[in-house]
Amino acid sequence: MDYLFTEEQKMIKDLARKIAEEKVKPVRAELDETGTFPWELMKEFAKADLCGLYIPEKFGGFGGGCLEFCIATEEISRICGGVGVTFAASALGAFPILMFGTEEQKSKYLPDIASGKKLAAFGLTEANAGSDAGGIQTTAKKDGDYFILNGTKQWITNGGEAETYTVIAMTDKAKGSRGATAFILEKGMKGFDFGKKENKMGIRCSATRELVFQDCKVHKSQMLGKEGMGFIVAMKTLDRTRPGIGAQAVGIAQGSLDEAVAYSKTRVQFGKPVSSFQGVQYILADMATQIEAARALVYATARTVDTGTNDISRDSAMCKLFASDVAMKVTTDAVQVLAGYGYMKEYPVEKMMRDAKITQIYEGTNQIQRNVIALALIKELAAKK
Amino acid sequence: MNIIVCIKQVPDTNDVKIDPKTNTLIREGVKSVINPFDENAIEEAVRLKEAHGGKVTVITMGPPQATEALKTAIAMGADEAILISDRAFAGADTWATSYTLSQAIKKVGSFDLVLFGKQAIDGDTAQVGPGVAEFLDIPQITFAIKIDIDGGTIKVKRQLEESAEIVETKMPAAVTVIKQINEPRLPSLKGQMRAKKAEIPVWTAEMIMAEPENIGLKGSPTQVVRIFTPPPRGNSEMLEGTPEEMAVKLFNKLKEQKII
Repeated sequence: MDYLFTEEQKMIKDLARKIAEEKVKPVRAELDETGTFPWELMKEFAKADLCGLYIPEKFGGFGGGCLEFCIATEEISRICGGVGVTFAASALGAFPILMFGTEEQKSKYLPDIASGKKLAAFGLTEANAGSDAGGIQTTAKKDGDYFILNGTKQWITNGGEAETYTVIAMTDKAKGSRGATAFILEKGMKGFDFGKKENKMGIRCSATRELVFQDCKVHKSQMLGKEGMGFIVAMKTLDRTRPGIGAQAVGIAQGSLDEAVAYSKTRVQFGKPVSSFQGVQYILADMATQIEAARALVYATARTVDTGTNDISRDSAMCKLFASDVAMKVTTDAVQVLAGYGYMKEYPVEKMMRDAKITQIYEGTNQIQRNVIALALIKELAAKK
Repeated sequence: MNIIVCIKQVPDTNDVKIDPKTNTLIREGVKSVINPFDENAIEEAVRLKEAHGGKVTVITMGPPQATEALKTAIAMGADEAILISDRAFAGADTWATSYTLSQAIKKVGSFDLVLFGKQAIDGDTAQVGPGVAEFLDIPQITFAIKIDIDGGTIKVKRQLEESAEIVETKMPAAVTVIKQINEPRLPSLKGQMRAKKAEIPVWTAEMIMAEPENIGLKGSPTQVVRIFTPPPRGNSEMLEGTPEEMAVKLFNKLKEQKII
């Protein structure tokens, strides 16, 4: 299908694919097995200028938008969902700075993220606050020109590996979600530590850690946006980064389809390649159709984000919801096509199935996405009356 | 430091096929790539520039489509590229090619180092690098695995069959590199953007003041009489073990066959 990419977008796609095929593919199984963080690969993306696709040229980036970011994320995830999310999560940490940072904060943090010298991460989730972001218990208590942070963030992608963290903490608990504030933290700040790396089902090479704050003193100049805007910072960020998860899901799904088609042509049963059997053909046809629909929705959403509109929650929820459900279904089908071999670690599809599952969970579970979509529908109707 | 890299565009050998009737390469539909050893030469030039400053100019002699190879070189970090192209160059052997490249290098002007891949994977002669050095009357060091530059002196580790030697000379010099010298980088996005915009000048025979009798088929002492695919060698057997053991096995085999 022709998605009318510009020359530049085609270049990004080709380059990301080349790196994924030549550098990521040979190591993905080992990274998955050992759960090793893919620093070498992050350096490859940095050298290729892929880390700052969505960051303005003024801050050392490529000056593209959400679509450019999605194109690269999809191609990387097609080979490895774990490497894909590591690449993408840096954007999740950088977007709040991009959207809400002062010129000073942007000049200080974005160039190193754009060059790939440093990774970023985003800290919202806690043990008792995930889908219910209003339940955040990490506090930031004002103390003169400083805030004192206490609490623990959980399951933070790129935790411990990133240098720059956008963290949401409560500055005024009494105000509920209006009492949350966003801060930029740096690795190495006193009172800011990391928990152990989590042992996950999929995306195993990506780093998932706790961020632990114990009387961590942060100057008010590190505050992102205004006091009390933390919840808005978080929601607006997620609205714009969810297409990235959609793109990751589409990539994983495409990778599994490619494997399934190739396998079906070589596997012979009853004297014929299994690709000649309609039972297999229909599975492949459905996989391909679903992936293409998901891809079209992801690109359309990314383009909508790039128009600069604020009214994006519904679309971005839809694309993440649909693409991730497709990824789970398609990767499961890929394992079915490869059957016994698909279940074995010698073939990459079982890993793709494990990697796909998280896309239905993180950056808001798919149930939360449905809430967002339904709420938007109800609001729309109310607005018409 | 000004570095000139001479490269060649070659068919991607991963999908090269020979026409069984004419015994020549089937070029239609075969992707062209930069000769792999030349990619090492470009990489080394860019690394030397990054370390010592200066400029990297890449040149190639070839048809207009060789521009693509030059653009890839720019995307990898070369500063400038020049295409040496003229119908009169067609059919050049290594002597005429070396002459033509050296004339182009003279036109580029001042340089400290000329880099080459050790050989092209299509012709496999390994003659053009040394040939250019002779025409330019500068020292040449072949099969480099490591290059160190200190002021006007270049120190090169040469890979020999079972050992290595370190050779030092004054610059300007010509050096051919082998695969093991580095890992060529992939073209970066910004590099590709630059390559897309880059204007690549085309120099003709007249522009490089090449003598007509020294270029192309006319200037080539080598005449290709016939190209053919050698018949497959029959069944062969690999002998294993220590040299002594293998000598004994070989002796017995030859004796069995009544050859000795």
